[in-house]
Amino acid sequence: MRANDREALPISVRGVTKTYGPVHALKDVSLDVRSGEFLTLLGPSGSGKTTLLMVLAGFTRPDCGSLKFGDEEVIRTPPHLRDLGMTFQNYALFPHMTVAGNVGYPLKLRRVPRPEIAQRVEAALETVQLGGYGARRIDQLSGGQKQRVALARSIVFEPRILLMDEPLSALDKKLRDQMQIELRHLHDKLGMTTVYVTHDQREALTMSDRIAVVNQGRIMQLATPRDLYERPANRFVADFIGDSTFLPVTRSGQAVAFNGTPLVFSAPPPAAAELTLMIRPEHIVLSHDGPREGANNFSATASDIVYQGDSYLLNARLDDGSRIALRGGARGVNLMALPAVGDRVTLVLAPEDTILIDASEA
Amino acid sequence: MQALRTNEAGLRQDGRMERLRLFGLSSPALVLILVILVIPVGWLFYLSFVGSDGHFTLENYARMVSQRSYFRIFATTFRVSILTTALCIVIGYPLAYFLSQVPTRVANICMIAVLLPFWTSLLVRTYAWLVLLQSRGLINTWGISLGLWHEPLPLVYNLTGTLIGMVHIMLPFLILPVYGSMKAIDGNYVKAAANLGASPRRAFWGVFFPLSTPGLFAGALMVFILCLGFFVTPAVLGGGKVIMVSMKIVSNIQLFFSWGAASALGVVLLVLTVAILWLASRLLKLDQIAGRGH
Repeated sequence: MRANDREALPISVRGVTKTYGPVHALKDVSLDVRSGEFLTLLGPSGSGKTTLLMVLAGFTRPDCGSLKFGDEEVIRTPPHLRDLGMTFQNYALFPHMTVAGNVGYPLKLRRVPRPEIAQRVEAALETVQLGGYGARRIDQLSGGQKQRVALARSIVFEPRILLMDEPLSALDKKLRDQMQIELRHLHDKLGMTTVYVTHDQREALTMSDRIAVVNQGRIMQLATPRDLYERPANRFVADFIGDSTFLPVTRSGQAVAFNGTPLVFSAPPPAAAELTLMIRPEHIVLSHDGPREGANNFSATASDIVYQGDSYLLNARLDDGSRIALRGGARGVNLMALPAVGDRVTLVLAPEDTILIDASEA
Repeated sequence: MQALRTNEAGLRQDGRMERLRLFGLSSPALVLILVILVIPVGWLFYLSFVGSDGHFTLENYARMVSQRSYFRIFATTFRVSILTTALCIVIGYPLAYFLSQVPTRVANICMIAVLLPFWTSLLVRTYAWLVLLQSRGLINTWGISLGLWHEPLPLVYNLTGTLIGMVHIMLPFLILPVYGSMKAIDGNYVKAAANLGASPRRAFWGVFFPLSTPGLFAGALMVFILCLGFFVTPAVLGGGKVIMVSMKIVSNIQLFFSWGAASALGVVLLVLTVAILWLASRLLKLDQIAGRGH
């Protein structure tokens, strides 16, 4: 594949709104995708992430707003003139064409000479590791192979923007994990601006340069995976990414207390009136020798312990009745040394892991 | 070793019973087909080889080869059937496409309109066309009074009238399978084609149309086969000018009491129909292979 002949394009979305009757699928959405970036739209089903992708592709006509690829306004450009690659959730490979017929279709439409089509189709198939599969029928392919053919078809005409709508959702977990890495490598190699839609937070964290968390037709936060995980902007993002425990805290100026006990924390809390303490299950640890100085200590009662292969999960109930989850690596841990159900335990949270977030949903 | 084969005989028996019960469900239909189809057709086949003197003869078939009129009747039958099928495709395919694209609620209402003729007697519909099409009928009266034409147009008792009536009656048989296969086409195929650069026209001819052809072939074949044996409509609206095989069969029996000649015509029509079905199935398979090849 000739990767660098055509430069990747930035995408600029401004004030896009789409309503279906009384339902707002998109509410005044603005978003900038940098050229060559891998950006993921992450959100629960019905959040509007797919609607936004369909607006980018031209299949959904928004009520208002602006969409630019580079400097060019394309909001009214029909889909077939937008010149962007796209993979569909169920692949949408044409069943009446062979693999080569499918991959060559966009080139045929662009009136590329036949010998060049054959050559570029084979190159694209090799890029997705399906060299020599051109003569196969679509119904002879496995799910993973179909995914690769769909990918080859969407990149063979060297679009400067690539859209992907939950491309891995139909694959089993092992193949999905492998394809995530492969897709990311392919993106780095071809360098096209990529917008990826998924509801799988792990997939988003694994692949993306930046993630836009979408909920109820709005972008809740746009950040790098690391910032999103460690500095969620609000309760929704914190709740959606990772499995966290949330504890209500009271604020007085810069001091924050849980259940009357002042908390120690390293990062300044956000400027919101109502705060919530977010505890990631892998951040909190079990102390075998009582409370620790300089950290936040919680006394609790163990309610159950679950062995999960690579890790164990301890659920405990704090003295005020709220539940808290703790995850630890199972390897090397003497499971007999773990508390039994009903034991009193001390849980310790370091100041740098004490994350205070805006308690509001949005 | 004995332990590994536990319950083997019993399990095999269960499997046999299951298949037997399944077969039992289809037995009423099988008996019915035997009684109302296989036996009468066999009887016709036998009759076609019996002469007026009650002995074995090939004269019923020889007559078909030697007399030009028989050739004309078969030619007419095929011409009317092909024209009807072609007109049904031209009118029915776009309508089925429209139905497949509008919201289901609208499509259901329109579908009732398509199916309404099915609930009315064939004879009633045919005579209704006669009323509309004849020289002092509704269409000619209106056309002349509106000044669209001055002499009554010959719309009935000829090929035109026959085709109008037959297309009207056959249209649902084409629309239903075409609509079915269009509804089964995943909307993402057309979207994918558009995304890859196909204009709406190219996406239609390159992707949508090829995927709808199974329904189109099924519908067209059904219409064509039904037309081959059609009697009422051509008899009424053709006015004796359009003579099809079925009409010749009736006249052989009712006018000449010649069961042998009528049977021979039936047998030839049946053989031709089966040959066409066989040919069509061969062609369709070839077409699928060609479709996959490009």
